[in-house]
Amino acid sequence: MDVFVSQFLNVEIITQAWPLLMRGLGMTALLCVAVIPLGLVGGLLVALVCLSRHRAVRWPAFVLVDFFRAVPPLVLLIFIYAGLPFAGIRPSPFVAVCVAFLLNTGAYYGEIYRAGIDSIGKGQWEAARSTGLTAGQTLTWVIIPQAVRNVLPDLVSNTVEVVKLTSIASVVALPELLYSADMARSLTYNPSPIVAAAAIYLALLWPCVRLLSRLEHRVGR
Amino acid sequence: MDASAIFLDAFLNRAVIDRYLPDILKGMVVTVEIALAVVATGIALGLALAALRSFRVRAVNAAIVLFVDVFRALPPLVVILIVYFGLPSVGITLSGFAVLWLVLSLVLAAFAEEIFWSGILSIRKGQWEAARSTGLTFVQTLVWVILPQAVRMTVPPLTNRTIAITKNSALGAVIGVPEILMQAQTAQSFSGNATPLLLGAIAYIVLFVPVVGLGRWLETRFAWGRS
Repeated sequence: MDVFVSQFLNVEIITQAWPLLMRGLGMTALLCVAVIPLGLVGGLLVALVCLSRHRAVRWPAFVLVDFFRAVPPLVLLIFIYAGLPFAGIRPSPFVAVCVAFLLNTGAYYGEIYRAGIDSIGKGQWEAARSTGLTAGQTLTWVIIPQAVRNVLPDLVSNTVEVVKLTSIASVVALPELLYSADMARSLTYNPSPIVAAAAIYLALLWPCVRLLSRLEHRVGR
Repeated sequence: MDASAIFLDAFLNRAVIDRYLPDILKGMVVTVEIALAVVATGIALGLALAALRSFRVRAVNAAIVLFVDVFRALPPLVVILIVYFGLPSVGITLSGFAVLWLVLSLVLAAFAEEIFWSGILSIRKGQWEAARSTGLTFVQTLVWVILPQAVRMTVPPLTNRTIAITKNSALGAVIGVPEILMQAQTAQSFSGNATPLLLGAIAYIVLFVPVVGLGRWLETRFAWGRS
């Protein structure tokens, strides 16, 4: 038991690492603030393109979405960070992470919005258009609000996934929460800082997960 | 050299492809092994937990919910690092492959449990009552009446979630599991050329695009009756 505590819950080491962890948490927050709003808006655009009436517009969009859903985000990130310099493009770790996450989560958010818009009956379109709304107005004021409400649990769930995803930025040495914790681990030869980081992730995301499981079970019924 | 020649030389270099394609293929085998192992144990454990939860024993259910919440809230890479670097210091040493399999199985089990449980909840009470009134026991009702109906409904969300989690096998590169990404990164640093990274991405596309397509098809086939 003592061994366990000193290896995983070593208060002294966690106290030492705490300022580092807090700085890491700041970077994680910055990443979330950069990626989540862009992903939410980008995903909506992706969904609209995927729902285009023109096959020549729709199909390439589907192919791109499936492409980014098939490639693991870490592979995308490594490709952008370590591969693009060979083509003369040298993104900083932060930019590389943002671009990789945007491509990945844009595809996922896009699929969610698309399912939501699909779930709205045709009658809604016809009724809205017949009252004199333009196509753009119908989409903005009638279809999208209902669609978003239908897929709200999935949107929240994907957002939780994005926050969790930020941890892989540690692989390209972006000093976010997990990177800071792992650095503290390698300096102290003690995994306690990573356990502390896990506790921080839990404190942030547990409430969201609880909320989600309520939302999901309500929709499932 | 013009731009396209530079691009081809850096990203689709013939000599590099010839030299390192076998390594990437070996990585593909490892990725498939991990993916299959994770899907088998993760989904089986998830289903078992969801079935256990329907007995509604308070202490057991609280433990299941705690397990599910923790593994849904924690980033998989964090858990992988804790297990990989933490267990040796308490005297347990697992290979990178075993750690990756264990952690991803637990993550998938957590998500699968939640999805199966949603499915079980969505079966009307009348099904339980009707089945019990014909003389089936609780367990028989669960196994032969409720689960078959519940599982069918969970196919599309479960497929998509399973794909997302098995793709995390790329995290194995961080702890030295010789899967696709690890092989691609090693080859990239030996060859000083980005071709292996592109090959690695293509390998994932070859493996996962068919599965993503399958998920899309299942979604329309088993469409949830949302109005």
